Order: sequence, then C-alpha cells, then structure tokens
Amino acid sequence: MAANKVVSKNMRVAGMKLGLTGLVLAVLFLFLIPMFYGIVTSLKTDSQLSKSDAPWWPAAEGILNYEGKDYEIYSVPMEDGTVRELALYKKGRQVSEFLDPQNPEAGPIEWEGAWRQLERIWSFSPQWRNFINAWDTVNFPRLLWNTFVYASVTTFGAVFSSALVAYGFSRFRIPGKGVLFMLMLSTVILPSAVTLIPTYFVFLKLGWVGTWLPLIIPAFFSWGTNTFLLRQFFMSIPRELDEAAMIDGASPLRVFISIILPTSMPALTAVGLFHFFWAWNDFFGPLIYLAGNPDKFPITVGLTAFNNLYSQSTNLIQAASLISAVIPVIIFFLAQKQFMQGIVVTGVEK
Amino acid sequence: MSFFEGVELLKKDKARGKRKLSGADKREARTGLAFLSPWIIGFLLFYLLPMIASFVFSLYDFNPAVPDQAKFIGFENWQRALVIDEEVRLSFFRTIHFMAISLPITLSFTLFLAVLMNSEHVIGKNIYRTLFYMPTMIPLVAGVLVWNGVLNEQTGWINVIIERLTGIEAVGTNGLRWLADPKLVYYAYTMFGLWGVGNGMIIFLAGLQGVPTEIYEAAQIDGAGWWRRLFRITVPLITPVIFYQLVLSVIASLQYFLAPFVLNDGTGFPEGMTRFYMVYFYKQSFSFFNMGYGATLAWLMFLVALVLTAILFGTAKYWVYYASEER
Repeated sequence: MAANKVVSKNMRVAGMKLGLTGLVLAVLFLFLIPMFYGIVTSLKTDSQLSKSDAPWWPAAEGILNYEGKDYEIYSVPMEDGTVRELALYKKGRQVSEFLDPQNPEAGPIEWEGAWRQLERIWSFSPQWRNFINAWDTVNFPRLLWNTFVYASVTTFGAVFSSALVAYGFSRFRIPGKGVLFMLMLSTVILPSAVTLIPTYFVFLKLGWVGTWLPLIIPAFFSWGTNTFLLRQFFMSIPRELDEAAMIDGASPLRVFISIILPTSMPALTAVGLFHFFWAWNDFFGPLIYLAGNPDKFPITVGLTAFNNLYSQSTNLIQAASLISAVIPVIIFFLAQKQFMQGIVVTGVEK
Repeated sequence: MSFFEGVELLKKDKARGKRKLSGADKREARTGLAFLSPWIIGFLLFYLLPMIASFVFSLYDFNPAVPDQAKFIGFENWQRALVIDEEVRLSFFRTIHFMAISLPITLSFTLFLAVLMNSEHVIGKNIYRTLFYMPTMIPLVAGVLVWNGVLNEQTGWINVIIERLTGIEAVGTNGLRWLADPKLVYYAYTMFGLWGVGNGMIIFLAGLQGVPTEIYEAAQIDGAGWWRRLFRITVPLITPVIFYQLVLSVIASLQYFLAPFVLNDGTGFPEGMTRFYMVYFYKQSFSFFNMGYGATLAWLMFLVALVLTAILFGTAKYWVYYASEER
C-alpha cells in the first residue's frame, strides 16, 4: 500500500513537472514569436515579401541560368504522375517548353497546360546583405558611437554623483534629512513634462539645443533611483570600517573614496548597468533636444527616422532593429547576475 | 516601497525634534550637506525652479521663436485646457482607457510569469527566466518596430498563425487589423509592453522567494489547494511589491508616448485613438511651439499624477500588507 502511494505520488509530481514545463515552453514560444519573425523577415528579399504564396522562411525563387539567360523554375506535374522541378524555357498558352536544371543540355521538354497555374520553386536563401544595406543606409557606426558616448558619459556622471549623495544620506545626521529624502524619492515619479518647457527654454537661450549638453549635464547632479539603490547598499556596510579609518585621521571624503566605493563595486556595477541601458533606450530627451541634427542622433531616434523613410522595406527595418538590439542583449547575457541583483534591490528591499 | 523608507526617516526627523545642535553635530551636518550638494543643486536647477517657471509659463501666451511677443494672459490657458479645448479631455480619457486595458493585463502576466518561474516543478527555470527577461533589453523603439511587423494584418505571423490554428479569417483587410482597428489597437500596444515585463518579473520573483515556506506547509496541512494558497497567501504577502509596480506603471502609462510617435508620428491613427495625453502635449509644445499652453498641459498632468498617487497611497492601507507594521 505504502509503496503504491509513493509511486502514485511520484507519478503525480512527474506529471506536474511535465505539464508546467510544457506550459512555460508554450508561453515562451508565443512570447518570442516576434523575435523569430524579426530575424526571419530581416533575411528575406523584397520580392519574397511582396508575394503572398512565398514560404515563411527566407527563400529565393529558383532560377536556372542557362546560356546567359535566367529561367524561372517551377514545380511541374508530369503525365506519368510525378512532379518535376523544371525551368520554364519557352512560354506558350497551351504548350510550354521546359529545361531540366540538372541537365539543360538535353534540350527542351514539351509540357501541355497553362504555365501560369504552376507553382514556383523556392530555395533557402538568407539575405545577409540586408544587414549590410541597413548598416550603410542608417549610418549605424555614427548612431552607435553617439549612443555609446551619451550612455557612457551620463552613466559615469550619474553613478558618481549619486554615490556621493547616497553617502551623504547614509552616514550623516542632517536636520531635515527625512524631508530631503522624500523629495528625492518623489522626483523618481515626477512626470518629466512638468519641468520640461522652462528647462528647454533655458537650454535654448544658452545655445545648447542641438547639442548633447542638455542631456548630459543634468546626469551629473545625481539621479533619484540610483541614489536610493546605492544608499541601501551603503547602509549595509558596517560603520566600524569607516570609524576605524576616521580614527586613523581619514577625512569623510577619504573614507568615501577608499572604503565605501571599493566595497560597493557590485552595487555600483548594477547601478551603472541600469543607467547605461536607460540612456541607451532614452528617446524623449534626444528627440526634443537633438531635433533636426541627425548627426547627433542616438540609435533610438535614428531608428525612428529610418522607419519613417523606409517604412516599405520591412526587411531592412527588421534588420536595423535587430542591429540596435544586439549590443544590449549581449551585455545582458554577460552581466545577467548583476542585473538581476540590482533589480531586486531597487524593487524589493525596504 | 522605497516611499515607506522615506516615511520612516521623516519620523526619525520628528523624534529628534528641535534639540539644540552641538558644535560636532553642526560639523557633521555641514559635511553631510556637502555630500548632498550635487542633489540639492540639481533639485533646485532641474526640478523646483523649472516647476515654478512652468507654472509661470502657463500664464503666458508664449512661443520660444518670438520670446519678445510673450503676453501675460492670466488663466486663459487653463480655461482653454479645462473648458474649451476638447482634445485635452479626450486625450486624457484615451490615456485612462488604454491604462485600464494594459495595466491589468501586464501586471497579471508579470505575476503569472513570476509564479511559474518560482514553481519547483518547472525544469530549467534559469534559462527561461533569462529568455523572458531578454526582450526587456531590446530598445523599445526596436521592439515596437518588430511588433509592428509581426502584427501586420497582411503579412504578420500573428494573424497567419491565428488563421491556421482556428480557421477564423484573421489575415487581410477583413481580418484582425491590430494597429488599424480602434477596438484592437490598445491590445496591440499592450502586447508591445509585454516585452518589457522583465524587471517586474524579477521583482515579483524576489518577492515570492521571500515568502516563508513554513506558511505554505502549514496551509497545505490544513488542506488548502494550489489556487487557495496563491490567492490567500502568496498574493497578499507580495502586495508591497505589487503596490510598488502599480505606482510606477500608473505614472509611466500617464506619460505613454513612444509607440504612437514611432509608428504614426503622433497622428493618432486609427481614428485618433492613439493621440494620448503626452502625445498631445508634445504636439502643442514642440510641433506648434505653444509653450505657454504646453506648460499648462504639463502642470495638469502633474496634478493628475499627484492625485492618482495620493489615491493609490490612500488605498494602500486597505490592501498592502506590511509584516512589521503596527496597527
């Protein structure tokens, strides 16, 4: 009896495992369909995209090049019931002539019927050239470089200034600290529009609109989310460490540089990664401040402009979108752990 | 949740009260303030002053191309926004309408994924977690363009798959026109958003892993089934995390802008459905350069955000669970 129970329990657990894992795989498949679509579409030719009877995978219509001319290959049902792949040599209303692509020298084969009813033969043929075309048309080197510089500079500024501020919040008794901290948190959820217009106007008067300065300078004045996250981490560093250094005569700045920063590398990395990809994704700021200056566009705005110009070239758009996603995705795979930890600290820690 | 941290600090401030500061205390406060100074300066320059200026702008008829012709018009902009200009009300309700569709779907999908990723019965969880997270890394503009392709009514795979599987006519102009049918477009936009659930999923997952297993075991002994355990134990215990996600999502949806702008240049296609509040704000401020009116719209959005946040925080005590809270 007991043994029976154990077996049936094991069976049930195995069933659960199979069922749930199957469910996850199904959801994952649906979730990633757009990505497969993007990859497959980016490898198609224009002509395949315009034909409704084309296969779903990247393919080209079969062509026989014979004596310097191209002949289209069709799938032809023969009188003996077999289906052969033949190249249409001479079109006729009732009777057409075909060539055998394997052996064109053998001469034309006559076939009775309407060739227009025949189906074309497709063969697998990924168009890697689309990526090169997209790369050249969008001027990706420029966009990637702009985005990279913008993201790196703001990340450095935002992480360093946020660390300073977080140190202030975590280590010093300051009258009214609670109010300041609340204000800082509320800037995280403040809709950016409410400060945008006067800020834009001031930057316009300074002659900074059309440059990266309006996007870069504010990052050096700390950033709510980053500061919060770093403060949480600094709070967990034992105060004995700072105190020991202070007794040895280290100034608060010295403690910050030689104790707090080195001990917080994981948190600094996480915050840095976040900020980097936030900047990589940033759209609204560059759209407004760089309007009319395509040379300075980051990838998001450049991609939008490209989409407006080439919205008919689905394959190029998908290729360009994929190119812009490659770098963040690769870095994510390399630095997954830091990412996940950082998210947990911002979202869950109290 | 971080907000509650701030509340704690406020309490500490109060407890300390108006005690006289000694010389050492003053020195400490000064050093501390020096470290806070980047934030304090930034707050004044990029938040507080612009907010005040924004309000002042809202009282003017103002175009940055001809700043000399700025004219004080009192509350005319406010009157226009609240009473005369119908588009303000319409675009606001569109935003709320979209929020009412996308928020529940996105939050429950996120929770659903987190529960699956937390299940002991799923084999190879770490791989799936990575793969579910991955699209979050794709720049949103690129993601929107990919979805725009896959949802295309003629050639998109979604319609082709639906038609093959169910036999319903999905492909073509009589089929499911995800991005052109006013009834479907909000669902399509919601789908774009599903590619960004990674962060929420990880946060929920961490919340789930924080639920003590003893509680489940006790409940199981008492005969509580899986669903009962989910809704009576798991969900209540992670309400703080849900609350945090909810506040952030509400504020973010209020400013929803990117997809309608990238796909239709903010024309509101189809039938004005995607002319959301932020899109209208952008048009007024940065296409027509009506910056006085734009500032008014921005201030209105700020007030709405304030009210919504206040409502959420007000309801929090009825449904958000805090283990350490004394009632």
